Amino acid sequence: MNFASFRAAGLALLLTTTGAMAQETVNIYSYRQPDLIKPVLDAFTAETGIETEVLFLDKGLEDRILAEGANSPADVILTVDVARLTNAKEKGVTQALDDAEVSANVPAEYRDPEGHWVGLTKRGRVVYASKDRVEEDALTYADLADPKWKGRICMRSGQHDYNLALFSAAIAHWGEEKTEEWLRGLKANLAKKPDGGDRPQAKAIHAGECDLAIGNTYYVGLMQTNEKEPEEKEWADAIRVIMPTFENGGTHVNISGAALAKNAPNRENAVELIRFLSSPKAQQIYAEQVFEYPVQPGLEPSPVVKAFGELNADTLPLAEIAKNRRTASEMVDRVGVDDGPSS
Amino acid sequence: MRNPDALKGGAILWGPNEAQTEAPGMSPALPRVLAPPRAAKARRPRHRWLAASAGLAAALVLLPVASLLVLAFTGGWVEWPHLAQNVLPGASLTTLTLLSLVAAGTALIGVASAWLVAEHEFPLRRMLAWALVLPLAVPTYLAAYAFGEFFDFTGPVQTGFRALTGFETARDYWFPEVRSLPGLALVLISVLYPYVYLTTRMAFLMQGRHVADVARTLGAKPRAVFWRVALPVARPAVVAGVALALMETLNDLGAAEYFGVRTLTSAVYSTWLNRGSLEGAAQLALAMLVLVLLLVALERWARRRQRFGNARSTQMRRPAARRVLPGWRGIAAAFALFLPVLLGFGVPLAVFGGAASRRLETLVSPKLAEALVTTIVTAGAAATLTVLTALFLVQAARTVRSSRVQALAGAAMLGYALPGTVLGLGLLFALTAFDNGLDALLRAWLGVSTGLLVTGSAAAVVLACTIRFLALGEGALRSGFEKLPGHLDEAARCLGRSQAASLRAVVLPLLKPAILTALVLVFVDTAKELSATILLRPFGFDTLATLTYENASRGAPEDGALAALLIVLVALGPVILLSGALAQDRT
Repeated sequence: MNFASFRAAGLALLLTTTGAMAQETVNIYSYRQPDLIKPVLDAFTAETGIETEVLFLDKGLEDRILAEGANSPADVILTVDVARLTNAKEKGVTQALDDAEVSANVPAEYRDPEGHWVGLTKRGRVVYASKDRVEEDALTYADLADPKWKGRICMRSGQHDYNLALFSAAIAHWGEEKTEEWLRGLKANLAKKPDGGDRPQAKAIHAGECDLAIGNTYYVGLMQTNEKEPEEKEWADAIRVIMPTFENGGTHVNISGAALAKNAPNRENAVELIRFLSSPKAQQIYAEQVFEYPVQPGLEPSPVVKAFGELNADTLPLAEIAKNRRTASEMVDRVGVDDGPSS
Repeated sequence: MRNPDALKGGAILWGPNEAQTEAPGMSPALPRVLAPPRAAKARRPRHRWLAASAGLAAALVLLPVASLLVLAFTGGWVEWPHLAQNVLPGASLTTLTLLSLVAAGTALIGVASAWLVAEHEFPLRRMLAWALVLPLAVPTYLAAYAFGEFFDFTGPVQTGFRALTGFETARDYWFPEVRSLPGLALVLISVLYPYVYLTTRMAFLMQGRHVADVARTLGAKPRAVFWRVALPVARPAVVAGVALALMETLNDLGAAEYFGVRTLTSAVYSTWLNRGSLEGAAQLALAMLVLVLLLVALERWARRRQRFGNARSTQMRRPAARRVLPGWRGIAAAFALFLPVLLGFGVPLAVFGGAASRRLETLVSPKLAEALVTTIVTAGAAATLTVLTALFLVQAARTVRSSRVQALAGAAMLGYALPGTVLGLGLLFALTAFDNGLDALLRAWLGVSTGLLVTGSAAAVVLACTIRFLALGEGALRSGFEKLPGHLDEAARCLGRSQAASLRAVVLPLLKPAILTALVLVFVDTAKELSATILLRPFGFDTLATLTYENASRGAPEDGALAALLIVLVALGPVILLSGALAQDRT
């Protein structure tokens, strides 16, 4: 009896030691907040036994990996906004991941042509319209410059990632000259100087300061279900989502995505994580958690998101859009979008 | 009496720059006029080690600036046509307006409150003395969010206004827009004035009674005592405080972004992040740095002929005679001093307290407790390291009178004049170069890999905060030193004490208020530091500020309310401690 329990204890000890020694991890440098990615990472650990370490940064993630060089502990980069992904590739801190499974899970327009990054979820940049004061059910992006909306549109800073991506898409569709003219029209239609995030724009509609606002889809879901700040439910109640489109195109979408770090010390685990994240199951957990759309066609978003209406995503390759970012950023300054309507 | 120099014969003795009389063999009775003119040169070698180590400390501080310089000058200048044409005219005007408003506002509130608290007696004075420091614990971006919530359409102010007037929508009435340049200035003034309050109050306390008493004996009315004597003598402290507030203003991105105000700082970030030019961003940040240095140099030049040393020894054991403000005047003073506390502390507390009360269940999260400990340890380490370095630099500048050492000590403030993320980047490049170099060296020689020794650990964060806040420590200590009569440690030296012994026995005890102020300022600022911490931290290193920001950065600052309140709580202890110590020092 004594001997048996001694042996059992010894075995248990042995198991824990080998367990600790074989402890597999993957290091994630993330622009996405840890709370948002925790559920999907927990699912990954449950399935593979690989532990995840997350380092959240808000700026300079690419520069940090670059500076760390060959000794960088980074395995996987997680971020929102395609421009951050292309920037990581341009800085040379990523490596190509040619993986048949990942390629099968993610449509080509949401992947880097050379395999350096892959989209995991997508979100639409749409219009929040006042339920009381707007009759239109459909709008194009071009309509936002129509003088009939003068003094009625709100948005966050034109220099914000999400707006720059939208303007970059416009440049890809229309060319620089037409886009600049459109941007001047949009600026003239603003109700006030751009400020705050996307949620405060919905709040501004609720307050009656404006009738239309530009915002991302998932914020509507977050506001509608915010039990902690019920006030936000009222803001969401004041608006409808209209999915604007480009002529001959769809609604502008941006992605959250992943990339394999160039000097990933745990490369095998990193590849496994990216494979897992691109799997239909993970896309669904991830997308539901943050009220986004899975990138794989045929996967359903959450009921809350579905209620916004059909998302007819633009098919312009995202890599094309990211190329125009610098041009868009200069255009925003040139037009003076952030100075608001008056000047 | 118009010129403060006129007071020299009375209370103001020669300043620290002329404090050297330690030629060997000189008797205590011999004043410096009798010292041979060459003595200064002859004794300089004795301080060689001090100068050398001061140089070393300064080199550390200059590390990030140097790496940014390399970055700036190896890059192209392609960003400038766009910046010059479309960004700089507007952003410069906005920034200058903002800086002027913040300078005026913080000086006004800081000096007035310091004068009232230090020299007057009125109801609730003791409590207000420390309460006035509280807004210091509120990070600017959180204050901006709170002001936005509090004063906009759905906030309590406008809701109350609508309830009173019967208006229904925002279009029915006009209300000043808080998300504007004046709104931003109000937010920044509300949370930054304590810098001026602290430095100026310390100056008033350390001034001793001499100056004011002499003026009063000569028939000056209280108002004249303030304008002609107390304020001019406190000028270096006021300037030091305002300079800190202005550098915080230049460092702020979050509040300006939230209020949609385009400053030069936001241009630095959009150049870097939106147009992919780190070189261009470094160039712009360094150009701003030069501007700051020019402003500081200009101010020093303007008071180049003034010396602020001061004898307070005869008054040390006498409790201060505060002027009693009788009746309604005392109540009015208390009420006036409550206003800045209400704005800078009350408003954020109301907004985040409300949000926190709906999330009390997250209070037990181990993550929060861990972050609390990390914050206290990091802030404690950074405060200690910073104050030691600053003490060292100031003492070196005071002892070794070479202009090179003076310049090195002045360079200490450079870190604070750079936006936190930019400083963090500069340090990141320098430290990783060191780490990777060391790693390669040891691999080649010993076959051992050290990996990322500094940047892979919390050392990088402590170092960054030390470099960043050295200006805080240096500023507080320097104005403390400037209040000390130069002959004090001189006397100790003449009585046979070594330099270290005279420092320990004479100078440090008298500097206690300055040292405490420096410690508290750096501690509180490190506790709320975000931008350099978030860039340089290792895995699993969360501070209260990074936890708060994780939520704020996804548009839900309310979810970080508990962590935000804990920052305030962490800061509260040292602030009260400081206040108590400062009050005691009067007796």
